Amino acid sequence: MSEQPIIQIKDLKKVYQVPGGEVVALNGINLSIERGQIYGIIGMSGAGKSTLIRCINKLDTPTEGQVLIGGKNVLAMSQKELLQTRRRTAMIFQQFNLLMQKTVARNVRYPLEIAGVDEEKANKRVMELLRIVGLEEKANAYPAQLSGGQKQRVAIARALASDPDVLLCDEATSALDPMTTQSILALLQEINRDMGITVVLITHEMAVIRQICNKVAILDGGKMVEEGTVDDVFMHTKSAAGRRLFGILPEQEEIPRQSAIRIVFDANAAGQPMISKLIKDMDMDVNILSADIRQLNGKSYGQMMIARPEDPVDVKRILEYLRKEGLTVEEVHAS
Amino acid sequence: MSWEKLLPLLWSNALETLYMTLTSSLIAYIIGLPLGVLLVITRKSSICPAPTFNAVLGAVINFLRSIPFIIMLALLFPVTRAIVGTAIGTNAIIFPLVISAFPYIARMVEGSLDEVDHGIIEAAQSMGSTNWQIISKVLLPEAVPSLINGAAISITTILAYTAMASAAGGGGLGALAITKGLNLSDYRVMFSASMVLVAIVQIITVLGTRLTRALDHKKR
Ligand SMILES: Nc1ncnc2c1ncn2[C@@H]1O[C@H](COP(=O)(O)OP(=O)(O)O)[C@@H](O)[C@H]1O
Ligand SMILES: [Mg+2]
Repeated sequence: MSEQPIIQIKDLKKVYQVPGGEVVALNGINLSIERGQIYGIIGMSGAGKSTLIRCINKLDTPTEGQVLIGGKNVLAMSQKELLQTRRRTAMIFQQFNLLMQKTVARNVRYPLEIAGVDEEKANKRVMELLRIVGLEEKANAYPAQLSGGQKQRVAIARALASDPDVLLCDEATSALDPMTTQSILALLQEINRDMGITVVLITHEMAVIRQICNKVAILDGGKMVEEGTVDDVFMHTKSAAGRRLFGILPEQEEIPRQSAIRIVFDANAAGQPMISKLIKDMDMDVNILSADIRQLNGKSYGQMMIARPEDPVDVKRILEYLRKEGLTVEEVHAS
Repeated sequence: MSWEKLLPLLWSNALETLYMTLTSSLIAYIIGLPLGVLLVITRKSSICPAPTFNAVLGAVINFLRSIPFIIMLALLFPVTRAIVGTAIGTNAIIFPLVISAFPYIARMVEGSLDEVDHGIIEAAQSMGSTNWQIISKVLLPEAVPSLINGAAISITTILAYTAMASAAGGGGLGALAITKGLNLSDYRVMFSASMVLVAIVQIITVLGTRLTRALDHKKR
């Protein structure tokens, strides 16, 4: 199936007028999202992520540029077309945004109600959706009685009610603890796989991207500074923003920087045992500065920063040793 | 005045007070509720932005709200006579009560709708709701507990206004307290009529609070 991308964003610019000037929230964004992808957009707070995702379903109107969904220009649509498009481009939020005065079932039924689906059919569908997110027994509870993770599950069920092609997630796991985050990410992955729904996921956490995304775009100051497959971007981070997000550069300028060696473990490399092997074989001390290594499907995946030895010869030996072991390594200089 | 004469009088005037209060409140809500909705949805950041309209409506409402009820009563005398047929009596007081109360109610409603989290409105928009669906299925239902609470406050405010009905020859407990109590120095009449008024206010307040709590699913 050679299809056009489900979402295309072209030269997107958004300027907010604020008292005493303007804020350029997005400054010329271009990207394409293919059908069936889980596309991650990552950036620090204020990078423009929410603005970008809100421009996709025209909750915000871009100042310039185009948004195409299924090849159709969202900005040129009639009100009626726009409402139809929004129904097929569902959205979930960091703060869940459930109707607090309605039961879980009524929340999930809302999209069906506004689409005029008859009540009996709607109720059946609601129970089906609650089963998918594992919350059947909470049908008659109110959102205030649920945990954060349960609320997000309700929001996901509600988003699925209109049979969307795309699910937009704005920091959907940012208000959740790590365990709950894992379960929500697993659910999103399941939805993507089983229903073929394209997921656009915004986050400021690299771990989220690494866990479920196929592709990632890094946003910084309203610009897209890097884009590619998650493996590629992760292993060959080019942008300063990317390095900051990976923890390679200190976030705050004041923190004294230390020259380091960055070791990336991709799916093929052994994890920590490498380091003890290195210490033994090289007969030198290795000072681990930071490590962010995760086990996925029994493989280590992540990165480690070790202090760069004083002696350039030692540095060279370490780099060569690790490269021979098939690891991606690079020097990170203090600046 | 003896209790045997006073008790039936208290009863009939209490009914009259309730009649004036509830009828005025109902009509004032029919006008004030949509205006409150308009005040919220026509704001710049809301679902149906119309900043000029919003500013004009806000100014008119503020103007009407700033006129004291007793002045409004006098100012509206000719209009009331034209509309109701008479400017004197219980029915004639309802018109100025409505005119005084609806701007107040519009602001109360605005305040209640303001409490609805903007994120919820945004979620409704993202699901492809029309503006009408957002108002009828999201904004108003989500604000119900707060609207009920506001209604209890509005009704008791209007109840207090009805006490001035005697100035327009109307009846009710306020008129009773003034014409047959204060003016004739019959403190039993004055005191007992006032106590019944106080009791009615208490009952409405308690009912409002109970109902608000019973209907609010947000806090538990
Ligand atoms: N409604 C708005 N009015 C003015 N400025 C805004 C508005 N929304 C966002 N911004 C500004 O645009 C920039 C990007 O914001 P946002 O998209 O929310 O970033 P992120 O989601 O990546 O944290 C920020 O500088 C923010 O202050
Ligand atoms: Mg954001």
